[in-house]
Amino acid sequence: MKNTNAAILELSNVGIGLPLGADRQWAVRDISLTILPQQTLCLVGESGSGKSVIAQAIMGILPAALPLKEGTIKLLGKSIPKQRSPSFNLLRSVKMGMVFQDAVASLNPIKKVGHQLEEILLVHGISRKERKPRVLKMLSAVLLPNPESAYRSYPHEMSGGQAQRIVIAGALLLNPSLLVADEPTTALDVTTQAEILELITKLKVEFNTSVLFITHDFGVVSEIGDQIAVMKDGKILEQGSVKNVLKNPQNEYTQRLLKAANLDTSKKKLKETEEILKADNISLTYKKGFFFNQTKFKAVQKVSLSLTAGSTLAVVGESGSGKSSLAKCLLRLENTNAGKIYYRGKDIADLKGAHLRNFRSKVQVVLQDPFGALDPRFKIIDAIAEGPIIHGSSWDEANSRAIEMLSLVGLTPQSAERYPQEFSGGQRQRICIARALIMRPEVLIADEAVSALDVSIQVKILDLFEDLQKRLGFAMVFITHDLHVAAAISDSVIVMKDGQVVESGPTSSVFKNPQAKYTKMLLSSAPGYQGGEAL
Amino acid sequence: MTGFILSKLLRAFITLLLTVSLVFIFIRFSGDPAAAMAPPDAPQEVIDYYAEKLGLDKPLWVQYTSYLAQIVKGDFGYSVDSGRSSVSLFLDRLPATLYLGGFSLLIALTVGISLGTVAALNRGNFLDRGVMAFSVFAFAMPNFLFGLAVILIGALGFQTYLGGQGASISWVGVLPPALTLGLASTGSYARFSRSSLLETINKPFLLAAEARGIPRTRRLFFHAMPNAAIPLVTLIGLSLGGLIAGSVVTEQVFAWPGVGQLLVRSVATRDIATVQFIVLAIAGTMVVANLLVDFLYLIIDPRIRVQ
Repeated sequence: MKNTNAAILELSNVGIGLPLGADRQWAVRDISLTILPQQTLCLVGESGSGKSVIAQAIMGILPAALPLKEGTIKLLGKSIPKQRSPSFNLLRSVKMGMVFQDAVASLNPIKKVGHQLEEILLVHGISRKERKPRVLKMLSAVLLPNPESAYRSYPHEMSGGQAQRIVIAGALLLNPSLLVADEPTTALDVTTQAEILELITKLKVEFNTSVLFITHDFGVVSEIGDQIAVMKDGKILEQGSVKNVLKNPQNEYTQRLLKAANLDTSKKKLKETEEILKADNISLTYKKGFFFNQTKFKAVQKVSLSLTAGSTLAVVGESGSGKSSLAKCLLRLENTNAGKIYYRGKDIADLKGAHLRNFRSKVQVVLQDPFGALDPRFKIIDAIAEGPIIHGSSWDEANSRAIEMLSLVGLTPQSAERYPQEFSGGQRQRICIARALIMRPEVLIADEAVSALDVSIQVKILDLFEDLQKRLGFAMVFITHDLHVAAAISDSVIVMKDGQVVESGPTSSVFKNPQAKYTKMLLSSAPGYQGGEAL
Repeated sequence: MTGFILSKLLRAFITLLLTVSLVFIFIRFSGDPAAAMAPPDAPQEVIDYYAEKLGLDKPLWVQYTSYLAQIVKGDFGYSVDSGRSSVSLFLDRLPATLYLGGFSLLIALTVGISLGTVAALNRGNFLDRGVMAFSVFAFAMPNFLFGLAVILIGALGFQTYLGGQGASISWVGVLPPALTLGLASTGSYARFSRSSLLETINKPFLLAAEARGIPRTRRLFFHAMPNAAIPLVTLIGLSLGGLIAGSVVTEQVFAWPGVGQLLVRSVATRDIATVQFIVLAIAGTMVVANLLVDFLYLIIDPRIRVQ
């Protein structure tokens, strides 16, 4: 590095076009950014704001449909050619490394990770003898406990966190000046996320690199960022130092996003009412394979919970903790191996015929993926009205109630005749909620119902849930990995790990004063959350 | 992994047992074998004599168990037509069929996969459209028609008779029937490899490889193609399994002295032992080919090994 103050990367007035017929003419426009040595610039925005397009432009991997039309990108003072250029890309990959959101998917599934890392050295002409030691050294630098065995592993044998370490190792292998990280922790559990953030901070110093960190999460920004740029609809709305922007946001959109990210348990109090759904020491074991290679997996172990009418219970845990399996048991989509579940005092395992049908209509579910949950060949009105029709109401009545439900969840009656593809993720989730609520359920089970949505939309959907709950009086089991969401919506909470409940109680007391070690760890790993205070 | 292998072997064994049993049942349903063996105007005593000699007077389950026992011993009966064992008749014809089938598979694989790759890399332009149009033509074309067309063109255009020289197998002679037989599978290999490669090319790990600076040709040959080949293995397995059965029509058209021809003739003469053995051989190759594909997956796709 000749001049320590010169910018590593400089974008001036960059504009990237969208193909004809897209909803806007420019993917991003008027983008000016500067990254100084050893600094971390966080690019924040919701999906569709153009963050990833900028990363791809910098790395030279823009798809042909999105041409770089305006402005210049300068790397270490030199302009990058606008056209895709194979020879320049080889050079560029020495100076910059990139980390992706889904680490496992960004590795070739059928090659050992060690060989994939060596390949990077191979194409840059490093001799066979030097390659393996350098890869192993890098694998220990990213703090993988056993570099030799990691070297020999295939991507699918690693957890998301381990795979992300591998990808980071690959990105830093040639000691680049800039690390571009596109939502690198979004797909990870909170505790793993905290580890990866810590790792990136450590490596930044060790390898003397700058970081462009793309995220939608302000908690993450507060942990890792020096500078921040907030984006919306392809434009930068606000930029400056993280301290200033988070303390004193100027732009109205930034303020709204920040408010959405708060961990707020203030309004929650447990109501004492009639118990509607109760699980008593239930266990669920999955058997995998058949005959010779059968294995057992204990998904849920001795879980008890109680839900009173009109209240909300949050089930919190990381992926693989058994939350969704628990939901399946409560819905009687899986039969428990031990323990009993009571709906209004009746054991649901005994329900048959009309009683079972009644249970099915009174306990409804909203799932995580609003894209997969709707049949693409069903018009919205048919999707919503299907339930009541099956349960015996007339076609006309079901349809008129479906229209009512649409306006209740904030969609226009005109949307009834359209197909799911024509709606955004948030709108589809509203449709799913309408579909569940038209049955007039007493219990609504929401399985990660807002996880796939952007933060500002998340807030709207959470508000919708609360509002509808007040009006219609159903009880909710809200399954989430996100502590912010749990805090915002629930009266009581149970924390799950490896199929077991590690802590339960009223939401405010569990979050303010956690007893179990695991709960404390979850809370301290939540980005931007320190000692019970939000951000 | 041993569990995986054992369960696949068990499945193959069950499939074979089912085929053997179905063959037994169908042949019993297709008429009285004793009556078929005897001359058309034979008196009832002669038919009864044959029935007793063949064990057809015994209860069905006794017949079934002795049939199974014979198969285990490798005794598949004798051709009534020529008096030779059905196995030796089959083995006489096998090389010709394998030669033809192998040659056509080679054509289908090389031409089909190359065309598919070219189409995938030129997605949407005229090359892609041309390849796709060809592949639709290729597998929509019935091979008896295409075979006749080949013979016709050879005779009228080049004054050469391509319709086969009876019993001789030669390099030149195999080309017309191999092209005819390979045409349909060339079309499906082209289509299949195109879609498989397109799917792989759009996977995130190839974008990641580009960001890591891996050059385009290396990405194609070291990353995209091996991954795209995985689903193709199943198709290759099916082709291998159909090696014996697939060429019946083509062998007829080109007078190719293979198993297909033998099968057609044996059916015509009601030569039950031979028909039965050929059917078992066809089913057997299919089962073995599928088993090989399953084991091949263990080698080429590490994700299956962990299960």
